[in-house]
Amino acid sequence: MVLKIYFPQCCNRADSGLMVGRWIAGHDSAVVLAVIHYPFIPGQVKRYIQQIQAQSGVELSVLGSWSLPKEGQEGMESFLRDLSTIFPQERWLQINREFGKTGFTCEVLTQDQNGGTTQQEAKKKKKMVEEGDGEAVGDGEEEGEEEKVIFVHYEQKKVMLSQLHPIENGVPDPKADPPSELRQMFRMVANSQPLFFLDKYDDGPLKTTHWQSEGREGSIIVELLKQASAPLCLLISWLLSIWTCFCNIRIFSLYPLRFLSTKLSTCIQLSYRTEHMRTLSSAKPAAGHTQFMRKANILVSLLVDVALGLLLMSWLYRDNHITMLANALVPAADHIAKELDELLQWLMGAPAGLKMNRALDQVLGRFFLYHIHLWISYIHLMSPFIEGILWYGGLSACLGLTFALSLLSDMVALLTFHIYCFYVYGARLYCLKIYSLSSLWRLFRGKKWNVLRQRVDSCSYDLDQLFIGTLLFTILLFLLPTTALYYLVFTLLRLVVVLFQGVLHLSVDFINSFPLFAVGLRIFRSFRLAEGVKFRVLCEEPGTALHLMMEINPLKYGTVVQTYRTPTYSCYPKDSWTALVKKLFVGELIYPWRHKTTKTD
Amino acid sequence: MEDEAFTDINGKAISLDCHSHSGFCREFTVSSPKVSVGKVMVYTCCVWLLAYTVFFFTQNTAVLSSAILITLVGMMFHIHFVKVDHESLLVIGSLGIQVSSCYASGRETTTFIEMSKIKDIVINEAIYMHQIIYYLCVLLKDPAEPKAVSSVVPLFQSSKPRLNCLVKVYKSCQEILSKC
Repeated sequence: MVLKIYFPQCCNRADSGLMVGRWIAGHDSAVVLAVIHYPFIPGQVKRYIQQIQAQSGVELSVLGSWSLPKEGQEGMESFLRDLSTIFPQERWLQINREFGKTGFTCEVLTQDQNGGTTQQEAKKKKKMVEEGDGEAVGDGEEEGEEEKVIFVHYEQKKVMLSQLHPIENGVPDPKADPPSELRQMFRMVANSQPLFFLDKYDDGPLKTTHWQSEGREGSIIVELLKQASAPLCLLISWLLSIWTCFCNIRIFSLYPLRFLSTKLSTCIQLSYRTEHMRTLSSAKPAAGHTQFMRKANILVSLLVDVALGLLLMSWLYRDNHITMLANALVPAADHIAKELDELLQWLMGAPAGLKMNRALDQVLGRFFLYHIHLWISYIHLMSPFIEGILWYGGLSACLGLTFALSLLSDMVALLTFHIYCFYVYGARLYCLKIYSLSSLWRLFRGKKWNVLRQRVDSCSYDLDQLFIGTLLFTILLFLLPTTALYYLVFTLLRLVVVLFQGVLHLSVDFINSFPLFAVGLRIFRSFRLAEGVKFRVLCEEPGTALHLMMEINPLKYGTVVQTYRTPTYSCYPKDSWTALVKKLFVGELIYPWRHKTTKTD
Repeated sequence: MEDEAFTDINGKAISLDCHSHSGFCREFTVSSPKVSVGKVMVYTCCVWLLAYTVFFFTQNTAVLSSAILITLVGMMFHIHFVKVDHESLLVIGSLGIQVSSCYASGRETTTFIEMSKIKDIVINEAIYMHQIIYYLCVLLKDPAEPKAVSSVVPLFQSSKPRLNCLVKVYKSCQEILSKC
């Protein structure tokens, strides 16, 4: 079996001493976490290890000795061997390195059952010399099988801070397979934080080398933010409680207002942001990587939202843009009404050369024309107030760009209400016609729909039933092109409006759910989000063990976005294309963008 | 280091490089032929001639600038995302297998598969359009179910070497896998 030793890069040039770390259960590997230098008192070392074990919960042990003799120092072979008796272990590693050479040599001392120790060496050449010549290769008695050693060098800081994906958190299921060697190794390094607090400026009895031994790393900005976040969270939670009280006033739970608040996207966005603020202002610090990333993503998306909203506001309230918009709105509405008028006049004539049924045509056309007339008078009534509405509506952008976009979407929905009405009338008429036609067609053929059996059965009709049925069928069939044409025109108009609203909703959804913090982390600190590792063979000298450099393989951008997307009220089309086309053909009302009321993961 | 005359399934010459770092660690690199200057020039000339003819009829300079832009962007896209320079397989006994492809622009994508997930390395047959080809693949297993194959990872997908090259790599890998 091959023995794998994970050796931190920071300890490559450490002075001689004891190696502290852990063996990985189940695999033939050891992780070296730090080196404690000579001189030391063994009792103090044992006490220190117990103290770290109590603080971090990771079982530490002394793995072996590390020797990098300086100039003038003699080899400490016998001293090193005596150490193994002071710290009794099952396996004792003796790693030697000489200045000027890049390779390490490792000797493994195994404690077998008799209490004696056998030594295995990794150097092949020395062993063959010791064998002597002419002897058969029956060396199994004393030395045992030659133990191969791989040294895997890793960067301690990066491995400690990185998170392997797919994330496995929580209590491990005892029935599931044990975590892989890499995961165990990452977890060990991440949990050994108390071990890395002792740096070289401490006046304690022990001197250690690890990634923070040059001095503990920290950032002033992060510390200041941590101090400031506590009172800020209190303030936000207090404001939120006031807002929740206000929302729970009885008057708002009356039927019309409640129904409106589920339909208006501004109210939905407001409730959504309240949820977010509640997550952010919780007093407990984030437990686990996923929680932390979610909080950070929400915070960054909120800040970006507000920044974009303020940008929009600074453009809107400058140079009389609002007046220009308001002045452009009424002529635009007039223009749309005129176009619709012309469209209806065209339909009432002979559109595209088709011959319509005169009477039905006139009825439907006049009905819709009256609707447009009503709508235009309504717009003209509102025209003095439009500028005021736009001015106050633009203020909502200070809460975020998403609010401005939701407000725009709601206003578009209100202004194009007449198109929605036309669509509903046309669709209902057409749907009714299609169903009656299909039923009368069955009658024409002598069949009937059996509701009990949910199938078509033959049926014998009376003569007068047949007569009236056929008559009605003929009438409806010849009226079909007229209704179908009106339905087609208004469905297309409705789809245009729905498309525009859909684009707005999609951009709101995008701003809400895009994990900007995670993507930023991937760009600037790519080692924190790890998909796996990659190995590189370091140039070796013949006769020494194999040295590999383990680097973190960062997560792909697509996986980052997919893993860390904030779940939102899903705004995607709820029907597939075929279902949509089928609904259009039959005349069922379509609501392509359906908001789910509960969050989906 | 060995370099024999291997070809890929289309007959283009490729080279195989086997490097043994230690008794249980070997690296195999298959290099594809590089981007040929002649081909690049032919494509560029075609696109630009087309642009000139369109310009001749429409007298719109935007056509010319867009042709230049398209050629540049297309070339950068090709060498960064499409053209594979070499693919390598690093087998480390009792640790795992690392598969990496290096593109013509220098970008490298690497995947490491741990030994506990690897069932075996085999040569498999596949129907590829109108031909049947051999390819080397890694069989992965779920540690919970050691008998079942959970997925297959094909190796050397861009270079697609022929059977003689694959057999050489296969024999070498099996030596290491059987030892650990």
